[in-house]
Amino acid sequence: MSILVIAEHDNATLKAGTRNTLSAALKLGITADILVAGYNCQPAARAAASLAGVNKVKVADAAHLADGFAENLASLVVSIAAGYSYILAPASTYGKNFMPRVAALLDVAQISEISAVVDANTFVRPIYAGNALATVESKDAVKVITVRTTSFDAAGDGGSAAIENVLSPADLGCTTLVERELSVSERPELGAAKIVVSGGRGLGNGENYQRVLAPLADKLGAALGASRAAVDAGFVPNDYQVGQTGKIVAPQLYIAVGISGAIQHLAGMKESKVIVAINKDADAPIFQVADYGLVGDLFELVPQLTAAL
Amino acid sequence: MSMKILVPIKRVVDYNVKIRVKADNSAVELDNVKMSMNPFDEIAVEEAVRLKEAGVAVEVVVVTCGIAAAQDILRSALALGADRAILVEVDVAQSETLQPLAVAKLLKALVGQEQPGLVICGKQAIDDDANQTGQMLAALQGWPQATFASKVVIADGKATVTREVDGGLETLAVTLPAVISTDLRLNEPRYATLPNIMKAKKKPLNILTAASLGVDVAPRLITRSVNEPPKRTAGIRVGDVAQLVDKLKNEPKII
Ligand SMILES: Cc1cc2nc3c(=O)[nH]c(=O)nc-3n(C[C@H](O)[C@H](O)[C@H](O)COP(=O)(O)OP(=O)(O)OC[C@H]3O[C@@H](n4cnc5c(N)ncnc54)[C@H](O)[C@@H]3O)c2cc1C
Ligand SMILES: Nc1ncnc2c1ncn2[C@@H]1O[C@H](COP(=O)(O)O)[C@@H](O)[C@H]1O
Repeated sequence: MSILVIAEHDNATLKAGTRNTLSAALKLGITADILVAGYNCQPAARAAASLAGVNKVKVADAAHLADGFAENLASLVVSIAAGYSYILAPASTYGKNFMPRVAALLDVAQISEISAVVDANTFVRPIYAGNALATVESKDAVKVITVRTTSFDAAGDGGSAAIENVLSPADLGCTTLVERELSVSERPELGAAKIVVSGGRGLGNGENYQRVLAPLADKLGAALGASRAAVDAGFVPNDYQVGQTGKIVAPQLYIAVGISGAIQHLAGMKESKVIVAINKDADAPIFQVADYGLVGDLFELVPQLTAAL
Repeated sequence: MSMKILVPIKRVVDYNVKIRVKADNSAVELDNVKMSMNPFDEIAVEEAVRLKEAGVAVEVVVVTCGIAAAQDILRSALALGADRAILVEVDVAQSETLQPLAVAKLLKALVGQEQPGLVICGKQAIDDDANQTGQMLAALQGWPQATFASKVVIADGKATVTREVDGGLETLAVTLPAVISTDLRLNEPRYATLPNIMKAKKKPLNILTAASLGVDVAPRLITRSVNEPPKRTAGIRVGDVAQLVDKLKNEPKII
């Protein structure tokens, strides 16, 4: 029952979700191998080797793996897949992009975004924006799985796995990177933050969003998030979106400001430990999931809250 | 360029419907529930029609794999400006277990027949939330892909696509033919006008069967049960900010 976890990383460090994916893998077996595919990615490989439960780190270091293109990644994973019964990656935009290619090339199903492991063949996954949970059993010899990282704890440190180089198949040469505009932020990563302050259409515009929410987030050391409406209206970039088709978050504290609570939004945050909602509409659906609801004008209440903390 | 665009679309429970799990926990209730085109697929149809209007494509063909009733979304797509529609018909039992790998294989067979220069699909069907089919089709064809698109430019045999990724935005150039999957901000789909709805009734709609395409649509995943998630109950209303701060400070390990 060998298990392969595909690490998500930026060549230097591992992305937080890699640890959660490993801990999902360790529900299926005692140890797992990790593949680190990238360019000049030895530091990420060393970080992977130090995680508890890792048997071996396989490193594919090549210029054409630098940008994480799905075509090259999938062909690499398929080239080393023999002998593995499970192949797992985080259900981030990284994992969602290439894992279905791996599954199709192996002629097996992908089991998307599992939230629990029932047994060796059976998994739970949310469907319909998390309004139902399906328990599915795989009939395939190799299980290609993406993992909802908020549903599994982060694997700890303490390993000292061997690092082994693997050759990567040639560049497929069909894709080139034109530009990357990554958001730079001093704040914690949205998907892994302990506290998230999230704003919706009620903020009115991007300037208000920053003026009202940034001081609160600063005070709490929180990540900033948003509803789709706030992203569509250009208040904040796309990577702020929380929800069914955005990011899934499950922080200790989620503060929803001027967000109505559409099911697609709830899908991304209703596993948060404590939810606070601030909204002027006492009937807004967000109050149905909020532990603490405060009805009123956010432009008065949020600055008061920031001052009181 | 005289490119044809193939747009796969899926009929799903309308995004406004609050779904219910069947009493026997076998599935989500679909009887007497409003069904619509998957929202991401509307965006895909819109993008394809715009590329045709811009002279980049000559024909937009929409396809769905589903039951006979799924002709309704094909007609909707024709009313939005698609030229021709194909239903790959499966029976009700098959449609309940039709999974992305099988759909990707059906689409591959159609790509073989239609020879499109580009496939534009949705990034995710909002019923199964799988987010797989486009990538699988691309892999089976040996084509490049550009998923989660928020901007598409076609020129010189290439698609230059801006993608919504976790860290922000990424722009790729992929050689054609390719598969592109749509994200929410690619465009805002138009509404069908009454004259266009009337015209759509006369546009060609072909019906094929999965068997005639030689594809095995048997499921690889067996659904053992479908359950409601644990309900989150509403907490309390606090009267003012001071009370909220007090509550939060008394919650363990939060602030
Ligand atoms: C296919 C699909 C996918 C989607 N995916 C997502 C997703 O991933 N994430 C997501 O968030 N949405 C998603 N949506 C959109 C979702 O359906 C809602 O439209 C969206 O979440 C609404 O955002 P909102 O709550 O900010 O805006 P609104 O619903 O307009 O709510 C604004 C709220 O602000 C309150 N307000 C206004 N002014 C004030 C004030 N001064 N003080 C206090 N409160 C105020 C109002 O009372 C209202 O409740 C998706 C939709 C579709 C169709
Ligand atoms: N039965 C189907 N018929 C046609 N297209 C489909 C079907 N299922 C999925 N698709 C396409 O694949 C996309 C992703 O679906 P999924 O992989 O199921 O999340 C959808 O947005 C559609 O474009």
